[in-house]
Amino acid sequence: MELSEHIKTANVEDVTLRRPFHPALRGTLCVTSHHLLFSDRKDEASWQLLILLKNIDAIEKSVENLFGYPRAMGSSGTITIKCKDLLVLQLEIPGMEECLNIASSIEALSSLESVTEMYPFFYRPSHLTLNGPWGLSSTEQYYKQTERLWDRWRVSTVNSDYSVCPSYPSAVIVPREVDDDKLIRSARFRQGGRFPVLSYCHHRNGMVIMRSSQPLTGANKKRCKEDELLLQAVIDGSELGYIIDLRSAQQAQQARMTGGGFESKSFYSHWKRIHRHHERGKIVQESLIKLVEACSDPSHSVDRWLSKLENSKWLSHVHSALSTAGLVVECVERDGHSVLVHGSEGTDNTLLVSSLAQLILDPASRTVTGFLCLLEREWIQAGHPFQQRCAHSAYSHARLKQECPIFLLLLDCVWQVWRQFPLALEFSEALLLRLAQEVYASNYGTFLCNSEQERCAAGVKENTHCLFQSLLRPDIEEQYLNPLYEPTDLAIWPSVHPQSLQLWTGLFLRWTEYAQNMEEAREEVWSIVKEHHEQAGPDRTNNTLSTHCDTLTPFENLMDELTIL
Amino acid sequence: MEHIRTPKVEQVKLLDRFSNKSVIGTLHLTATHLIFVESNSTSILHHHIASVEKLSLTTSGCPLLIQCRNFRLVHFVIPRERDCHDIYSSLLRLLRPVSYDELYAFSYNPKQNDQQREEGWQLIDLAAEFERMGVPCDQWQLTDVNREYKVCETYPRDLYVPITASKPIIVGSSKFRSKGRFPVLTYFYQEKKAAVCRCSQPLSGFSARCLEDEHMLQAISKSNHNSRYIYVMDTRPKLNALANRAAGKGYENEDNYSNIRFQFVGIENIHVMRGSLQKLLEVVGTRSLSMTDYLVGLENSGWLRHIKAIMDAAIFLAKAVTVEGASVLVHCSDGWDRTAQVCALGSLLMDPYYRTIKGFMVLIEKDWISFGHKFADRCDQLDPDPKEVSPIFTQFLECVWQLTEQFPQAFEFSEWFLIQIHEHVHSCQFGNFLGNSQRQREVLQLKERTYSLWAHLLSEKQNYLNPVYSPSFAESHPVLEPSTQACHFKFWRNMYHQYDRSMHPRQSILKQVLTFKESNRELEGTVQALKTLWICVLQYHQVSPEASGDVEDEEVFGEEAREDAPASTDGERTVEGSSATENGYGELTGSFGSKNEPAVVTLEFGVARMTC
Repeated sequence: MELSEHIKTANVEDVTLRRPFHPALRGTLCVTSHHLLFSDRKDEASWQLLILLKNIDAIEKSVENLFGYPRAMGSSGTITIKCKDLLVLQLEIPGMEECLNIASSIEALSSLESVTEMYPFFYRPSHLTLNGPWGLSSTEQYYKQTERLWDRWRVSTVNSDYSVCPSYPSAVIVPREVDDDKLIRSARFRQGGRFPVLSYCHHRNGMVIMRSSQPLTGANKKRCKEDELLLQAVIDGSELGYIIDLRSAQQAQQARMTGGGFESKSFYSHWKRIHRHHERGKIVQESLIKLVEACSDPSHSVDRWLSKLENSKWLSHVHSALSTAGLVVECVERDGHSVLVHGSEGTDNTLLVSSLAQLILDPASRTVTGFLCLLEREWIQAGHPFQQRCAHSAYSHARLKQECPIFLLLLDCVWQVWRQFPLALEFSEALLLRLAQEVYASNYGTFLCNSEQERCAAGVKENTHCLFQSLLRPDIEEQYLNPLYEPTDLAIWPSVHPQSLQLWTGLFLRWTEYAQNMEEAREEVWSIVKEHHEQAGPDRTNNTLSTHCDTLTPFENLMDELTIL
Repeated sequence: MEHIRTPKVEQVKLLDRFSNKSVIGTLHLTATHLIFVESNSTSILHHHIASVEKLSLTTSGCPLLIQCRNFRLVHFVIPRERDCHDIYSSLLRLLRPVSYDELYAFSYNPKQNDQQREEGWQLIDLAAEFERMGVPCDQWQLTDVNREYKVCETYPRDLYVPITASKPIIVGSSKFRSKGRFPVLTYFYQEKKAAVCRCSQPLSGFSARCLEDEHMLQAISKSNHNSRYIYVMDTRPKLNALANRAAGKGYENEDNYSNIRFQFVGIENIHVMRGSLQKLLEVVGTRSLSMTDYLVGLENSGWLRHIKAIMDAAIFLAKAVTVEGASVLVHCSDGWDRTAQVCALGSLLMDPYYRTIKGFMVLIEKDWISFGHKFADRCDQLDPDPKEVSPIFTQFLECVWQLTEQFPQAFEFSEWFLIQIHEHVHSCQFGNFLGNSQRQREVLQLKERTYSLWAHLLSEKQNYLNPVYSPSFAESHPVLEPSTQACHFKFWRNMYHQYDRSMHPRQSILKQVLTFKESNRELEGTVQALKTLWICVLQYHQVSPEASGDVEDEEVFGEEAREDAPASTDGERTVEGSSATENGYGELTGSFGSKNEPAVVTLEFGVARMTC
């Protein structure tokens, strides 16, 4: 079936559009295969709103039909469109039939499941060509650039045909002394074949963060010599490594009943296991739904708001993610030991924790390029099932399947880190907000599919544009820079006291007047910084700064912040 | 001095409140301060101490827990019990001054001559402020009825009333109002000629009425031609007002007063507010607090609900005046707590001047100090009645902070200005907030014997500026219309945890932008200036290449020493004092294996080490 066959009514005139904090507009509404287009009628300053149909999470219609009246005055309908980026729109459409037609067209087209029918496969802007390289980096390139790996680590292409682990990329980094045969055996012992691979090697002490899925020890405590050897090779003679299991000890025990399990002390004698309970799947998705619901009702009393905020548990998830990441960093940086992180499948919380730990540890991952590379390596190539997790967002009435906003949780955690270290990240909140939007609906192919293998099969690299590359174009990147960025080599340990964590208003209260005030303040900061740079010259900035820090000492102690930027 | 038995104790341990860190130093007790000296030093003004508690003896010594009114909480462990007891009993005596003369303000000397002192006191001129509002005018005049404090001793001498309110009416009205606090002008909205007036509750009981008081309200109403009615805002919950009737007090009966619109607002009384803050502090003072307990505790304390109630009232006031052009009379019971909150916050919403540094001082001087908010009682300055203590002024400052969060460009000052004012409301270091009324302040001769806080704050104005303040924002938003959506009311961490450093952001946007701005201004100067700067830069970098990232070892000592959290002692490489130990991600030791083994680390001795 052609996409256009879903469109029952393509055009309606005299539609009224209502958006929060904007006056209502009248204009024409069009439905195309991938977009909803509203254009204002006024000739001189025509204003258009273009929404990707994929961005639409839920659609609610109410029709009023007054029988006996001619169509023009009698019947009309209102469609409420709730987007995955949390925007809510209302369209008043004259004519009941048109209204219903539009609604059902949108419903059909916004829930397409076939990847190759999605918009990234049709997006062909004139300034981009399809022939260039796709993505920012590959495992091989990462290895080549990271000299500290060369000695003890190697790139293995054992998974080049995705047969060893369907969700891993074709190349992974493993200890040099472990050969591919052992990897294959270890993969058989791990859920989904996700055997332990290198995620990060600390630049200061060479300690590593590994990630995997749970071992399949099962009820009768099976063991796998090769898996044990692989982990032994990771710590390479040093006496200790840590396994951070992202389930409670009880859950890990229970997992044995269904064939999963954990690394037992007797077989992995040099590894200390620490259990940290993390919610997953449906529970996190429901948190998002509850939180957004709480944010969108302005009539709540303070008590009710706080109780709903608590009840959503979203901030508790942020809290646990940052705490566990902090724990990983503590093991690597402070105690100087290597760490293996896993939960069950190793595709969700595992990636969340390992990438947050890298952000805290590694100055290279705090630049725009570095952060996008981190996402590419730790989320896209590492096989986070984006298509399943981000099929629906907070408004959808559809029955939950595999949805889970773990990636959004990551962005929230990064935002919390930025709030506490507003100078340490090269990017600004705007980049996080853009990613939060793109992950649910995008012109680009970056977040399509669930794994490298699927992307390969669908021809994503050949037929779509890469979001990360486009974000790095100088004219675009500028919008996402943090004007106050000052690189630091140190680890940035965030505080995880509940009092130090906050609701990410920039995302959850994005479509309010409040956001506008913040935006203006942000611009003011930019202009101050720009003036500063023009006068001082970019290369002198840091130097002059330190002297001024010095002269400001009486005030130095007032550690503080503004809710801007 | 005779109260100090042991002026110095060595080997005292200062425990961090939220982590397992501690530092060892020397404790000094002086006539005005308690000072703890290690590589950093902490000094606590006796007036700031709310309570001292001696906990039961432990193996490492005798713990002494000191709670301060500026939300600092220090936990010392003193090796010998006798020393601890000496410090304890000295402090008990020192923190309860028995006469005003013992307050720090009377001994504080910032090395200024009499002329400078006088100039400091002249900075704020309330007559000029009323002139700025356009008063006196054809409808409002200055009355000398309270020149000798005869009509109302808690009011200032200079009061503004409608032209048509004669002396007998004023006196009559004052007799019908609790504590004689009759309706007077506090803010005049020139654009609509609408007035904000304040008073105390009427002594109406169940049926009493007073013609003069009715005339008084009539006169206020008549002075505004824009509106046929005036609003009377009773800021109490209706139930409280009803209960007051039994005591011969109460609220205005709409039948007796022509053209009033009566409105209850529902802000709770000082006792509820005191309890609420106490609950809040208990919750946020808990160690290893979980997110759930934090949010549930925040809700149960009711604190943010009370803040929102005050804000709602102020918004109601501002709307009535600016949109409807109606005059408003605000009162509560005595008209010096909730009334002050609502009038001051309402004026701040209506008038951009009050959002500047100078204007904010004027606002506090007018609505709080001159109109007799009982700072001495509420802030526990002297031989206190614990039932009179209440964080009413703190709530006002917090409301302003909530506004600065919603309107980052509307205020000339940053939150540190508010926090600093809060600090000095309790410090008794300056004369401004001493005593309960203007009259009492005159008796104490504060202007002759003490210094003004405002001059002090203006002298370090640089520290309190909001770098993104935009006067043009004030032009486009003369009246602020804040959102009252519950999610905009946030916990003010930098106030209630101002001394709990581990909770603060590790880097500051505010500081950075201020620095940029300052350097922008300086760089506008000559090339020569730039060259000099460069030489400084070069020298600076030769001396300490890492200094820019390291504020830890800053020596702070003396009156204004605000930051005192113990420095990182184990030389971790971290940014600005953030470290794993402070954050307690893991308590690594307890979490191994499936069973909870007892912690192998003594928490007493600072940094928790992993033992496995």
